[in-house]
Amino acid sequence: MISPSSRRGFLQASGALIVGFSLRDLPQLRAQAGPVQGAPPMNQLDSWIAIAADGSVTAFSGKEELGQGISVAQAQLVAEELCVPFERVKLVYCDTALTPDQAYTSGSQSHPANFNRSNLAQAAATARQALLRLASQRLNLPVSQLSAKDGVVFSSGDPSRKFGYGELLGGRQFRLPLDPAAPRKTASQWTVLGTPVPRPDLPALVTGQFEFVHNVRLPGMLHGRVVRPPAVGAAVRNVDEASVQDIPGLVKVVVRNNFVGVVAHKPWQAVQAAARLKVDWSPALGLPPQADFYQRMRADKQTRDTLVIDSGDTARNLARAALVLKATYKHPYQMHGSLGSSCAVADVQGDRAVLYSPTQGVWRQRNTSAMLLGLKPENVRVVFRRGSGCYGLNGADAVTYDAALLSQAVQKPVRVQLSRKDEMAWENFGHAYLIDLCAGVDSQGGILAWEQESWFPSFGNRPGPATPGNVVTGYLAGFQPDAFTPRTPAPPPAGFNNNSNAAPSYLAARVNGIARGAGKVESGRVLTHNLRSPFWTGPLRSPSRLQNTFAHECFLDEIAARVKADPVEYRLRHLTHPRVIGVVEAAARAARWDARPSPAPSSRRSSVARGRGVACVAYEGENGYSAMVAEVEVNRDSGAIAVKRITIAADCGPISNPDGLRNQMEGGALQGMSRALGEEVVWDGEKIASIDWRTYRSLPLGFDVPHIECVLLNHPEAEANGAGELSITLVAAAIGNAVFDATGARLRQIPFTPQRVQQALADPA
Amino acid sequence: MPVALKVNGRLYTLDLDPATPLLYALSDDLALNGPKFGCGLGQCGACTVIANSRAIRSCLTTVKSVEGQEIVTLEGIGTASHPHPLQQAFVEEGAAQCGFCVNGVIMTAKAFLDQNPKASQAEIQRALSGVLCRCFTHVRMLRAIQRAGQRLAERSSR
Repeated sequence: MISPSSRRGFLQASGALIVGFSLRDLPQLRAQAGPVQGAPPMNQLDSWIAIAADGSVTAFSGKEELGQGISVAQAQLVAEELCVPFERVKLVYCDTALTPDQAYTSGSQSHPANFNRSNLAQAAATARQALLRLASQRLNLPVSQLSAKDGVVFSSGDPSRKFGYGELLGGRQFRLPLDPAAPRKTASQWTVLGTPVPRPDLPALVTGQFEFVHNVRLPGMLHGRVVRPPAVGAAVRNVDEASVQDIPGLVKVVVRNNFVGVVAHKPWQAVQAAARLKVDWSPALGLPPQADFYQRMRADKQTRDTLVIDSGDTARNLARAALVLKATYKHPYQMHGSLGSSCAVADVQGDRAVLYSPTQGVWRQRNTSAMLLGLKPENVRVVFRRGSGCYGLNGADAVTYDAALLSQAVQKPVRVQLSRKDEMAWENFGHAYLIDLCAGVDSQGGILAWEQESWFPSFGNRPGPATPGNVVTGYLAGFQPDAFTPRTPAPPPAGFNNNSNAAPSYLAARVNGIARGAGKVESGRVLTHNLRSPFWTGPLRSPSRLQNTFAHECFLDEIAARVKADPVEYRLRHLTHPRVIGVVEAAARAARWDARPSPAPSSRRSSVARGRGVACVAYEGENGYSAMVAEVEVNRDSGAIAVKRITIAADCGPISNPDGLRNQMEGGALQGMSRALGEEVVWDGEKIASIDWRTYRSLPLGFDVPHIECVLLNHPEAEANGAGELSITLVAAAIGNAVFDATGARLRQIPFTPQRVQQALADPA
Repeated sequence: MPVALKVNGRLYTLDLDPATPLLYALSDDLALNGPKFGCGLGQCGACTVIANSRAIRSCLTTVKSVEGQEIVTLEGIGTASHPHPLQQAFVEEGAAQCGFCVNGVIMTAKAFLDQNPKASQAEIQRALSGVLCRCFTHVRMLRAIQRAGQRLAERSSR
């Protein structure tokens, strides 16, 4: 069992691997780096890399494995830069007793954070240089005459003169700062990085040996279950503990403010106790009707406004345009809907706590759990354990608080796994969006001006370092979410911020004279209105970016169709960014794009209509580039859309692991399909009604999976960009554009259910 | 109340409420990591095990109802050193992201292929219509099942 102590305990416990370490040399954990106190300092090599006397390498990362394969790529990176075999690298990630604070594993940021000229990559490069220098002293040769391979430094002229890394370091620490000048290997030198190294966790996963957080079992561990309010806003009036006293194995009923839970010896006992516990709740607050929710969003005057871009001349340009087009796009709340409901195991005893958590931010989870428990942050240890795929802020943080509160109440280890309903009804949903678009076109058919205004509700978020009330459990236990401060009108933009793809790719996005957009259109205005949500919201894979790009890419298609331009050519005509142009061209080529205006000439004849659509994105303006072509069949009678083929071109800079990248592209494309075609959170007058897989539809494994082709564009000279959110961002737009091509009917509201398709077919305008 | 369960060839006598779902007995009492709680409603497949050659949803099956049956879990069909052809094919195809659904996918496919060794790809896909993967690793998983199906068919025709 892991103690809440420190890196010291881990290194002692990890046996042979780090056995050569001299304990008095271990890092002091009282560093001042980062927003959270106590993390190993980011600028020190020993925070990232340890080499044992036997030459084995342990790397410490603040970017964890959520199932997307980044841990493999990180181990490849360390093996590459350190010149050791992949198998000799052990990667330890996200444990507040051991690893640096790299904030969250989120937002397609792991590849950029750890594979460029800082953090893990620079640590590995610094370590190689340090080992070369140590060998230089021992061999009395200049570094320029030395080579490193397989964990050995040798004389390039006489390979028999050599020292292993273990011998060079003698189990000591490096005691060096990260060296920003330490040379990174160039991609042409790579032998490990850039290759499709298979994921080492696969054999354990497929044989039932892998330990998810759901499988953490501590001695004496009890099982908890939470009792969430029956409706949004309901508060505890009374809890009748006697109602469950006859349940065998019941240990305790726990109430804290509006947080209610039970603890029992066995999981089934806890389930029964939670179901039977009589709680008197105050009436629901009442929810706005879903039927006119989008109209209410637009009418809401309590908004926080942000002016992303304003060239100041859009009104004038629209007035002189040859043609003005307007459209409104709608995106519903959607959920992460993790396959396994969220789970955590907490061991809170006295003034100390160890939390096994699937959180995306162990250091922030540590601080906010400490607030919740009334403990000192340094007495709380958070150890990441993989949960079911999260795709953003699912129930991971909330369930960690649940387990912590219940464990504290019984002073014993407690495991909590949420029910399906509690997972779905109370998670932080991805934002609903309403987006108004308006474009003016000149007499040559080019875009003269682009105006955009969007509305999106939010409530809560990631808990950050000090806001446990941003997720349901913290809120129920008495903490408040981030304050909402209306702001109208928006101040002028201080500098350009892509603002989660609020800025369309086709704008020059000139702010203060500097154009940082990906396109040519100089005249643009983009205004966003954030408003209060009745439900929890938070980042869901490609947060806001998917919604914005869906609207932009469909609207651009509308303009292209109106001026009778080919959708690929029309995009290229308005783009300036070479990497966006590169992915559009690559996707079109691979898809054998049939260049012509949409809709297809045959679009109004056949009962099954076929079409193709394209979409592209510069993810957050500069964090990865992708284009997608979707080919669909639309059944005019049923309204069903069958996606037959998806072609993706992706450029995320240097390709660190092509198989991992491909896996992300494929998974993102199909997850995007599920979100585009069927996923929508629904509610009634007082509560969320999407509470299982019948009331929230996910495409099952058996659906008619389209053929997917990925074109991976390698740019080893460029910065490492994100990959996990590229393809998903494009699917809804590519499918919507393909449906228009097939039928002439424009879909402007997600999900594209058969009923919506039928409505659009009946009224194609 | 004592309940006798035969799991992966071994007999266990557990003191349990007979209404306890089998999943809890497997994952808690027997400490097996293969079958997983996904929804508790029989809608996602994560808890799938094989009982008397049929794929069942262990989250909805009481321990009492499967007493005496031959229960096989993901652990029982192969190991890392001696994997079942499906497990082997999943590794070869890199057919996982988070991996939480893998149990349900492999166990559902195994029960189906055992009964239908000559199943077409379309039939396999239909058999998986009640199984979810939220990372959407569908392309690789279906390819892995097809690969394993071919191997199993070759093996049985030898």
